[in-house]
Amino acid sequence: MAVTNKSVDVVIVGFGWTGAIMAIELAKTGLNVLALERGEDQDTVPSFAYPKVVDEIAQSARNGLLQNLSKTTVTIRHDKDGRALPYRQIGSFKPGTGVGGAGIHWSGVHSRVMPEELRLKTHTLERYGRGFIPEDMQLQDWGVSYEELEPHFDRFEYVCGTSGKAGNIDGVMMPGGNPFEAPRAREYPLPPLKDPPTSVLFAKATKELGYNPFPLPASNASRPYRNPYGCDLGPCNFCGFCSDYGCINYSKASPQTTILPALRAMPNFAYRTHAHVTRVNTSADGKTATGVTYIDAQGREVFQPAGMVVLAAFHLHNVRLMLSSKIGKPYDPNTGEGVIGRNFCYQLINSVNTFFDKQTYINPFMGSGGVGQAIEDFNADNFDHGPLGFIGGGIIWGRQTGIGPVRGIPLPKGAPTWGSGWKQAVKDNYAHTGRIEAQMSNMAYRGAYLDLDPTYRDAYGEPLLRMTLDWQDNDLRMSEFFGDKLNAIAKAMGATSASGRVLKRGDHWDTRAYQSTHINGGTSMGTDPKTSAVNKYLQSWDTSNLFVLGANVFAHGIGYNPTGLVGALAYWAADNIRSKYLKSPGPMAAV
Amino acid sequence: MRLAAQSWLIVILALIAAVAAFGLAINRNLPDPHLGPAMAKRAPNPSRGAYIATLGDCAACHTTPGGAALAGGVPLATPLGSVYSTNITPDREHGIGAYSFTDFARVMRQGVRPDGARLYPAMPYTAYAKVSDEDLQDLFAYLTQKVAAAPAPDRVPGIPWLLRVRWPLALWNKAFLQDARFAPEPAKGAAWNRGAYLVQGLAHCGTCHTPRGLGFQEISVDGGSAFYLSGARLAGESPVNLRGNAGDGLGRWSADEIAELLATGRSPHAAVLGQMGEVVAQSTQFMTPDDRSAIAAYLKSLPPAPEEGRATYAPSGATLAAFMAGRESTVPGARMFMDSCAACHRLSGEGEGRSFPHLGGSPTVLAQHPDSLIRVILKGARLPATEAAPSRLAMPPFGWRYDDQQVAALASFVRQSWGNNAAAVSAEDVERVRKGLR
Repeated sequence: MAVTNKSVDVVIVGFGWTGAIMAIELAKTGLNVLALERGEDQDTVPSFAYPKVVDEIAQSARNGLLQNLSKTTVTIRHDKDGRALPYRQIGSFKPGTGVGGAGIHWSGVHSRVMPEELRLKTHTLERYGRGFIPEDMQLQDWGVSYEELEPHFDRFEYVCGTSGKAGNIDGVMMPGGNPFEAPRAREYPLPPLKDPPTSVLFAKATKELGYNPFPLPASNASRPYRNPYGCDLGPCNFCGFCSDYGCINYSKASPQTTILPALRAMPNFAYRTHAHVTRVNTSADGKTATGVTYIDAQGREVFQPAGMVVLAAFHLHNVRLMLSSKIGKPYDPNTGEGVIGRNFCYQLINSVNTFFDKQTYINPFMGSGGVGQAIEDFNADNFDHGPLGFIGGGIIWGRQTGIGPVRGIPLPKGAPTWGSGWKQAVKDNYAHTGRIEAQMSNMAYRGAYLDLDPTYRDAYGEPLLRMTLDWQDNDLRMSEFFGDKLNAIAKAMGATSASGRVLKRGDHWDTRAYQSTHINGGTSMGTDPKTSAVNKYLQSWDTSNLFVLGANVFAHGIGYNPTGLVGALAYWAADNIRSKYLKSPGPMAAV
Repeated sequence: MRLAAQSWLIVILALIAAVAAFGLAINRNLPDPHLGPAMAKRAPNPSRGAYIATLGDCAACHTTPGGAALAGGVPLATPLGSVYSTNITPDREHGIGAYSFTDFARVMRQGVRPDGARLYPAMPYTAYAKVSDEDLQDLFAYLTQKVAAAPAPDRVPGIPWLLRVRWPLALWNKAFLQDARFAPEPAKGAAWNRGAYLVQGLAHCGTCHTPRGLGFQEISVDGGSAFYLSGARLAGESPVNLRGNAGDGLGRWSADEIAELLATGRSPHAAVLGQMGEVVAQSTQFMTPDDRSAIAAYLKSLPPAPEEGRATYAPSGATLAAFMAGRESTVPGARMFMDSCAACHRLSGEGEGRSFPHLGGSPTVLAQHPDSLIRVILKGARLPATEAAPSRLAMPPFGWRYDDQQVAALASFVRQSWGNNAAAVSAEDVERVRKGLR
């Protein structure tokens, strides 16, 4: 080993949302904390300075803020007998990079989780019986309850300045909010964003259909806001550049806008960029992490000793580090044994464009990442699955996030795809186009998993992570159900036509078309070390001074967007490290 | 080119002064710093002195970024060229380690070193002359007992050789130095007196905010003139009017809002800019809330400066109405404002809370000299990080996007919209400020 650094108390791998949360919460105890980030440093000014960042070619077409796939990527196949090929161009999902991570280019939709999703196995057995669960579906409880997480959901929302309307404060139903909401301790920190035209039409239509629309919670600030760390946000101006972009306006919550200003003031915290971690080093018996190894900007291999290691990189990288560091038993789909790579899931989305007559102005150039109206009548177990015969659910929304020419202007079915006919169709339709979507949970299956690719290696000589995943019958039947709902809502909204992408039985995962970046599972949390990689405190079962954050700890998919849960779990882990682990280091949960 | 003209005038004055000084046969003995007899018996308190150093913001001029604390070397622009701050650590050779308290008091009150050499009045001894014996003694104890000695030699000033002769400054002192301690006005109450003592003395607000005369002297150091703290132009910036004018001053601010600005760098009316950001970051945020409130109370007591030639502000919805009616294209600068500024400052010019500054009635926007406004447009700005408000919210630069003519049109639009009524900005003004940034 060429270089060995001075030891620190805590080394954090990855400096996005979870890294920033863990860094500030642990630095507050006085520990020496170091975060390692593989990408560039970046801040609102100059990195996202107006007007240069709102460049659709640089960001949406050329993926300026995303992981450089020529350095490292993943391989993908649909089933365990296929040959995996590298993901060479950004398509279906968009891993971030650099300080702030995916917290820079996310949209801002900020939800929690439904309580029964955290105990889905028990809940399903209780309500529907064992025969209801498909044979190859690996349902399991997460080991943590909604009640335990509530203060941490609250904390993350108040850090982010989330704009929304409570539906249920401590069991008291609140008019205007989501009636299916799990109880929250208090109102959102900011009122909802103003509804754009798509959302107004969506709310009216869903109400007429007997559903319960509510303002989608958004971490795009509706007012000026100072968060509990003292960080200032400015209100969103609906410029329509959220997903794929860094926010020009200090409006979208990101590590940069909500945590890093306070963290930078702490003398016991430091971060290093261009530090690509390749390994968690462990003691000979594997029970203690001794630090991490990374490749620095000069290409040198550096050992960073630490008393505690936190994996806080994006999902893919966390799982691969567990595999390449040989911590925990790799999952074997043939035997169903092993935990690292198990229960890999990927949220499904159905997206329908709604086209209106010329009197109905949508003005889709304006918007905000999280703004919209939504219904949860078909999320989690808010509806009776019995007659439907599938497990899972989702959220349906009418958002308006900004549609631009380079990002793609949708046109009705049958419109010309090029030339003057296309131009005329754009002229006729652009200002009158909206979009409604259903985002659905993806259950865990025996054959969907992550491991190290036997063939392909990255620029650092490390094997790529291999994804094995395809859509399953249960999920596709759910998708068809949601497709029908979307079409009915589009009709009730008064759309003259509606078309888009609805996953149906027989469809396979198309890695070329953007779906969402909501991949999860692979190092599940849980109560049983035979089916989970980390315990309810996100502590590795095998290596007790290693904590693993991120959506990779989800035991299976959920209906909501993951960021709210990812952030809350990071606060939950940090809180327990402070109150329990630091006082008495060692395994925190009994096997 | 005004700066050059001023320089030449000062050259001539300096030569006349030199000749006159010979004729007057100035007393070369060290002046008496007038320390009270009680000082000999008083036990100095270095911990209290650390707070005095914060109030005086010694570090602003005596510590280079990343350099040893208080070891000097910070360039300070004067009309004659740059001078460099000196080493005030206890180093015996290069710092003040060999000073007696009397030597120190003489430097602070009269600008005279133990060897008889005169300080350039870039060191605000005209303000520090107001400081009490006790505060000076504790400050001296702090500097000599609590600060690490740094062996950093002083830098030679960037002033032309001929003008580096310092003894004519004795004449400058005779003309402009009021060597008198702050005299409380019992009728005004404790808070006002504390505020006046800080503003006039340790905080030396007038150094930047009071206009200067031909001899580069502040035209008033004690509130005796209606131009005291009425705004100035200095080192490429235009420190704002701190008096009670409702247009370019603090007339519409509450005392609490002034205190908030001193604590956080931001307020509902405006945010700090340029060097004031450093003052907030290094000094005022660490003041006690009582001291910040005292400063605010004193500033609020200052009557408006004479309005002649000053901007006015009468809030008006006409600009927003014009934008909403689509009439903006007829107003030069309005289109640029909409394209580049309105995202944060909004078409109403109201900005957003403490995050994006309000442009209607902003002292910087309305200042007699538009230097700071132009500078912000060209170069952008960044708020200081404070304990209470750590976000360094930044405005991006637009100097790359707009030429001098365009910046002038944009700045003029901002100075004449939403009820702002300030003089237009010329392309020549922008060109001058742009040159100063290089």
